[in-house]
Amino acid sequence: MSDPMGFLLWVKGPAFNFALAVFALGMLARLVEIFILGRKTNYAEAKGGEWGPGFKTMLTRTVADPGTFARAPFNVVVGWIWHIGFITALLLFIPHIELFRGVLGIAWPGLPNPVVDAVTAITILALVATLVHRTQHPVKKHISTPEDYLVWTVTFLPVLTGYLAYHRLVNPYPLILGLHILSVNLFLVVFPFTKLTHVFTAFIARWYNGAIFGRKGVQS
Amino acid sequence: MSELSLERGLNALRAEIDAPVAAFFSSCVHCGLCATACPFCTETGDPKYTPILKLEPLRLVWESEFTLWGRIKSSLGLTRKVDDKMLEEWEELLYDSCSMCGRCSVVCPVGNDLQYMIRKTREGMVASGHAPAGLIEASARSIRTGSPMGLQWKTLAVQIKHVQGSTGIEVPVDKAGVDYLVLLSSMEVINFPEYLEAITKIFDHAGVTWTLSTDCFEATNAGIQIGSKDIAAELVERVVSAAVKLKVKNVISPECGHAYTAIRWEGPNLIGRSYPFRVFHIIEVLDELRASGRLQTEGKENDRLSMHDPCNLARKSGCIQQQRNLMDLVASDFVDLKEHGVYQWCCGAGGGVSSNERAEPLKLAAFKRKKAQIEEVQPERMVTMCATCRTQLEEGLEAFNMDIPVVGLTEMIADHLVDKGPAKG
Repeated sequence: MSDPMGFLLWVKGPAFNFALAVFALGMLARLVEIFILGRKTNYAEAKGGEWGPGFKTMLTRTVADPGTFARAPFNVVVGWIWHIGFITALLLFIPHIELFRGVLGIAWPGLPNPVVDAVTAITILALVATLVHRTQHPVKKHISTPEDYLVWTVTFLPVLTGYLAYHRLVNPYPLILGLHILSVNLFLVVFPFTKLTHVFTAFIARWYNGAIFGRKGVQS
Repeated sequence: MSELSLERGLNALRAEIDAPVAAFFSSCVHCGLCATACPFCTETGDPKYTPILKLEPLRLVWESEFTLWGRIKSSLGLTRKVDDKMLEEWEELLYDSCSMCGRCSVVCPVGNDLQYMIRKTREGMVASGHAPAGLIEASARSIRTGSPMGLQWKTLAVQIKHVQGSTGIEVPVDKAGVDYLVLLSSMEVINFPEYLEAITKIFDHAGVTWTLSTDCFEATNAGIQIGSKDIAAELVERVVSAAVKLKVKNVISPECGHAYTAIRWEGPNLIGRSYPFRVFHIIEVLDELRASGRLQTEGKENDRLSMHDPCNLARKSGCIQQQRNLMDLVASDFVDLKEHGVYQWCCGAGGGVSSNERAEPLKLAAFKRKKAQIEEVQPERMVTMCATCRTQLEEGLEAFNMDIPVVGLTEMIADHLVDKGPAKG
């Protein structure tokens, strides 16, 4: 493991498997912790359904209402940009798709490398902008915790190291590729124990929100 | 009620944690958008009023006791403990600076229903002895006298006499087997007696059978505002027993926002069973009468009117189109505020804020958002359908020297009834 190739083989082998196991089991535990709590019986006569409005809110809450957009355009626009950029780089970069084929046995068409490259560059800039915003905006500064900065770091590192690896900006290549995968491992290990869980739970939260309002005849 | 203590408060918080709460706290990314949705934040500019932060006591209990990772962190001493000092500090955040308007709940991008959790967190505040004095007094008066303002039937009886004198119509009292049991709010009886006269005229016009009950006329529920299920359930039981005794088919909640959500949505869950009757807000009843052709009106208001949607009625109960249908009946120049319905802005007085004297400066600060909305469309009068909103609008507009009268929608409808209507039931 002292040489770059040995390091690469370790991070993509045992270390990756460990991180994947922590991610999967940790996230499963988090979901079980949510659902076992259940909800009390609701005796109030319903004005509307729960399932339909719940599913609708799962989708509609992705787009801010016009008033919120006008009051917080930076949050909305930059949030959108880096989320889309991150997902694009993760899921549509051809070497990543090959990895998914290896782990999950399924694959899908990717985007040309130069496109993913440009998207990644924009994502890096957008993520840096969110960090600056977090440290400057009065509300975000006030509500931020060390966890917010940890999560920012573990999210930023895979994007940055991926960009550096793709452009061969660090030598030797196995070292930077190894660091990229190591940062992903870190992301996966941290995931179930931080707000990164929102990747899954936000859809559950949105469903409950839509269902609670929907039952009262309101599309939230 | 047994003695209030931190342990009782923590137990109350534990009892409130359910799957939605766990999903909500698991999803917050600290984006801060809830602050842009809250008039107490936008108008004071103070980030300590950010809605998600108001929930920190509940979040800490959830994290340290309901998640494996949180239990580990807590056992290592890495989590802040909820103690009396913390709850004392949070009292202002959970009561003075939150009207439970639910606007943050419809704006949060991850879907957190923050208002749902504020309501739950207040249970812990009451049980631990950290509720505002104003609300404790209102709750105690409600339990003792039936009214948060200590109003007694004899006062209402005098008003009934006046209404009968001025309209020549009988105000039915304790009539069994009628269609509707009408509830009132004390604030309405004291500040807006025209409401009782309006419904007396309208129901006579439309041939609706109704009654007041000497056992229970109060619709408001201080227990909901303070956050005490025990008190709230006791007040709901009084309504239920009055309605059952008189064998009515329906109960009408008056021009009051929280009274409606209390009796309509929380009530059955507080007493643990469905009602043997249905519950409507007066605006829903009036719109139903309109739709079935039983409201015959003549003439229209000609000045420029706008409308304030009470949060509890619109965003929290889906009653949005009904009041607009009714406005169309009687207004020729109606203009909506730019953000209305689901996204309307709170007047700043709901959720117990108006019963909490200490919160007066914050209440007026939050009103500045509504003031700005009103200035945008420049109406000559405002219309609303909640006595608390109406009082806040009147006081707020007065404080800012804005000469815009505020009227209740029900009385405006009553003013336009055709004199000798068909009155067929």
